[in-house]
Amino acid sequence: MQILLVAPLLIPLCTAALTAILWSRPDLQRPLGLAGAWLLLGSAVALLSAAWEHGPLVGQMGGWAAPYGITLVIDLFSAIMLVITGLMAVAVAIYAMGPGAVERDKAGFQPLFHSLILGVAGAFSTGDIFNLYVWFEVMLIASFGLLVLDRTREQIDGGLRYVALNLVGTLFFLMAVGLLYGLTGTLNLADIARVAPDIENQGALAAVGVLLLIAFGAKAAVFPIFNWLPAAYHTASMPVAAIFAALLTKVGVYAIIRVFTLIFAHDAAFFGPIVGVIAMATMVTGVLGAASHYDVRRILSFHIISQIGYMLVGVALMTPLAIAGSVLYVVHHIIVKANLFLIAGAMRQEGGSFALRRLGGLWAAKPILGLLFLVPALSLAGLPPLSGFWGKFAVIRAGLEAEAYVLAGVALAVGLLTLYSMIKIWNEAFWKMKPEAAKSIPWTRRERVATYAPILALAALTLTIGLWTEPFAALSLAAAEELLDRQGYIQAVLGSVQTAGLPGGAE
Amino acid sequence: MESLFAIAIGILTAAAVYMFLARDLPRVLIGFIMLGTAVNMLILAAGRIGSIVPALVAGNESALTAAAANPLPQALILTAIVIGFGLAAFALMLIVKSQRILGTVMPEEMQEAEGDVAPQALPAPAPARRKDAA
Amino acid sequence: MMPSLILRTMAPLVFALSLPVSFFILIQGHNNPGGGFVGGLVAAAGVIFYALGRGRDAATDLLRVPPATLCGVGILLAVASGVPGLLGAGFLTHDWWAPAYGLGTALIFDTGVYLTVVGTASAIFLALIRS
Repeated sequence: MQILLVAPLLIPLCTAALTAILWSRPDLQRPLGLAGAWLLLGSAVALLSAAWEHGPLVGQMGGWAAPYGITLVIDLFSAIMLVITGLMAVAVAIYAMGPGAVERDKAGFQPLFHSLILGVAGAFSTGDIFNLYVWFEVMLIASFGLLVLDRTREQIDGGLRYVALNLVGTLFFLMAVGLLYGLTGTLNLADIARVAPDIENQGALAAVGVLLLIAFGAKAAVFPIFNWLPAAYHTASMPVAAIFAALLTKVGVYAIIRVFTLIFAHDAAFFGPIVGVIAMATMVTGVLGAASHYDVRRILSFHIISQIGYMLVGVALMTPLAIAGSVLYVVHHIIVKANLFLIAGAMRQEGGSFALRRLGGLWAAKPILGLLFLVPALSLAGLPPLSGFWGKFAVIRAGLEAEAYVLAGVALAVGLLTLYSMIKIWNEAFWKMKPEAAKSIPWTRRERVATYAPILALAALTLTIGLWTEPFAALSLAAAEELLDRQGYIQAVLGSVQTAGLPGGAE
Repeated sequence: MESLFAIAIGILTAAAVYMFLARDLPRVLIGFIMLGTAVNMLILAAGRIGSIVPALVAGNESALTAAAANPLPQALILTAIVIGFGLAAFALMLIVKSQRILGTVMPEEMQEAEGDVAPQALPAPAPARRKDAA
Repeated sequence: MMPSLILRTMAPLVFALSLPVSFFILIQGHNNPGGGFVGGLVAAAGVIFYALGRGRDAATDLLRVPPATLCGVGILLAVASGVPGLLGAGFLTHDWWAPAYGLGTALIFDTGVYLTVVGTASAIFLALIRS
C-alpha cells in the first residue's frame, strides 16, 4: 500500500531526474518521458480502485505519526484527479512528439514537464497545508520554465506577466499558512479541521479563509485575479499550453474545494455567498472576454476562466449534488479543454495560423479535424449527449434545488455564450472560404500521427463520458459524499491522536 | 516583543507595496523579496516568540529540552526562504532576458504578448534601447 | 571585458578551497549546523567565482557534465535513500549504519541535496552571466 501511495510522486520525480541526467541526449529523453507518463497513469488507476474499495488511503512519510510528520492522503477526489493527471501526462507526452519536438527537447522540455506533473500530483496527494504550498511552488517553478521554453519575444513578455502575479499569489498563500499555524498550532489538514470549529477567534479564522481564497483564486484564475492567464497562455508552445490549460488552474480549484469543504465547512454560511458571487463573475467575465477575441488560443484561454466559475458552484452551495457536479465538471473540463488546445495546434499546422482571420476552409480540406473539433467544442458549450451536458446539468440542478436561481440562470446563459464562441471558431476557421494567404505547414507522417492520436483518444473519452455517464456520475457522487464527511477524513488520518498545540493557541 | 514584530512586518510590507507600484520590473522584484521577508517574520511570530535557545538536540540526549525555541516555524521559514530564492532567481533571469531580447524592463513598453491587435495598431517597441543589449 | 589578472589567478584556488570546505559542512551537518543545502551553496559559490574569473565556458568545462545532470543525479540519490523505508516504517524513514559518525541513509539524502543545489545554483548563475 505504501509503495502505491508514493508512486504518483516517485514516478514523475524519477522521470524528471533521469531525463535531466540525459540533458545532452534529447532522443533518449523522449521514450523515457512517455514511459514515465504511462507508469503514472497505471499507478493512479490502481490507486483509484484501492481508494474505491478501502476508503481514504493514508501514509505517514518518514514514519512520523499524523499531526507531526508529512501525511499523504488519497481519498476518492484525490485519486480521480491523479488519474486525470496521468491521462493528461500521457496525452501531452505523445502530442509533444509532434511538430517542434526536437527544439523543445533541446531546451529541456522533458525534465520540466515531469517536474510540473510532480508538483500537480503532489498537490493532489498531500494532507498537509505547508506541503501543499511546497508542491504549488514546485509546479510554479516548472511552469515558469515551460512557459518561456522557446525564448521568443512574446514568451518573455507573457512570462513576465505570469510571473509577476503568481509571485504575489504565493506570498498570500504563505501568509495564510503562517496565520493558520498561529491560530491552530498545526499544519495537518485533518488536524486543522478537527480544531477549527472550536477556535475562539472565528473572525481571524475567516480572515485566513479569505486570504486562502485569494491565493488559490489567483492560481485558479477566478474573477478578479485572472489577468495573468490570457496574458500568458497563448504565448506558450502548444503542448505546454495544453497541459497548463488542463491542470494548472484545476490545482487551484482542487485546493479551494479541499480546504473549504474540510477546514471552513462550519463557516459555509459566510463563505458560500462570497464564492457564489465570485463564481458568477468569473463565468461572465471569462465568456465575454472570449467573445471579443479572434485568436483561437486566446478564445480558449478566456474560456478556461469562464469554466472555472462552474467548478466553484459546488463550494458555493455545499450540497452533495453541487460538489458532485463540480467534481464531474473538473474531470470533463480537463479532458475537453486540453483537447481543444491540442486541436488548436493541429489547426495551425493545417491552416497555417492561430488567427481566425487568416484561417479558413478547414472543413473542406480536413473534415476529420472538423468533426474532432466539434466533439470537445459542443461538449464545452454543454450540448447533450456530450460530457459537458452532464456537468452543467448537475451544477444547474444543484443550483435550482438550493434555490440559488440567479446562479443557475447565469450558468445557463454563459453556456449559450460559450456556444457562440465555439460557433465563431467553427465559422471562421472551418466554414469560411480559404483566404488566399492561408498555407498549411508541412509536417511528416510521424508528427501527424503524434498530433492526431491524443486528439482522437480524448474525443472518444468525451463521448464515452457523455453516453455512458452512469459510472462517472456515481464516482463523482461518492467523491462528493466523502468530501462532505469531514469526520471520516479526520478519523482516517488522525485515528485517536491528540495534538500538542501552542501556548495561547487553540488548546 | 510581538508588537515590535508587528511594527517591523508592517513597515516591510508598506515598503514592499511601494516597490510594487514602481514602473520597472527590478524594483517589483525587490518588492517581492521584501514582502517575502515580511511573511517569514510573520511565520516566526505565529509560532510564538519566547525562548531564544537554539532548537538543537545535545549529543547525549534524545529529545529537545523544554527550554528550546519552537523549531517548526524555523523549518517552515527555511523552506520558504529556499523557495523564495528559487522564484526570485528565476524572475531575475527573466528580467535579464527581457532586457536582452526585448530591450526594456518597463512593462508598459512591452506589447509582444498582445497577440492579434499588436501588429498593425502599435509601433515596434522601443528600438532605441536595443543597442545596449547587444 | 576581461577580468583582472588577480581574479583570473585566484579563481582556481578559491574553487579548490571551496570543495573541501563544502564537504566538511556537508558531513558535520549530521549533528551540527550545516548540511547538504549549505554545503552545496558553498561549492556552487566556488563554481560561480571560477566563472567570474575565467568566464562561463571555462566554468562549464570545469563541471564536465551539464548542471541539469548534477541535479538529476542528486534527486535520484535522495529518492534512493528513502526507498529502504518503503519496506518498513514509511517512505523516507532513515536508517543508521554508524550513528556515532553520522553514517546512514540520511547522509545519502544529504549528498543528493548537495548535488542538486550545486547543479541548480550553478545553472542559474551560468545562465545569468554572458560568456
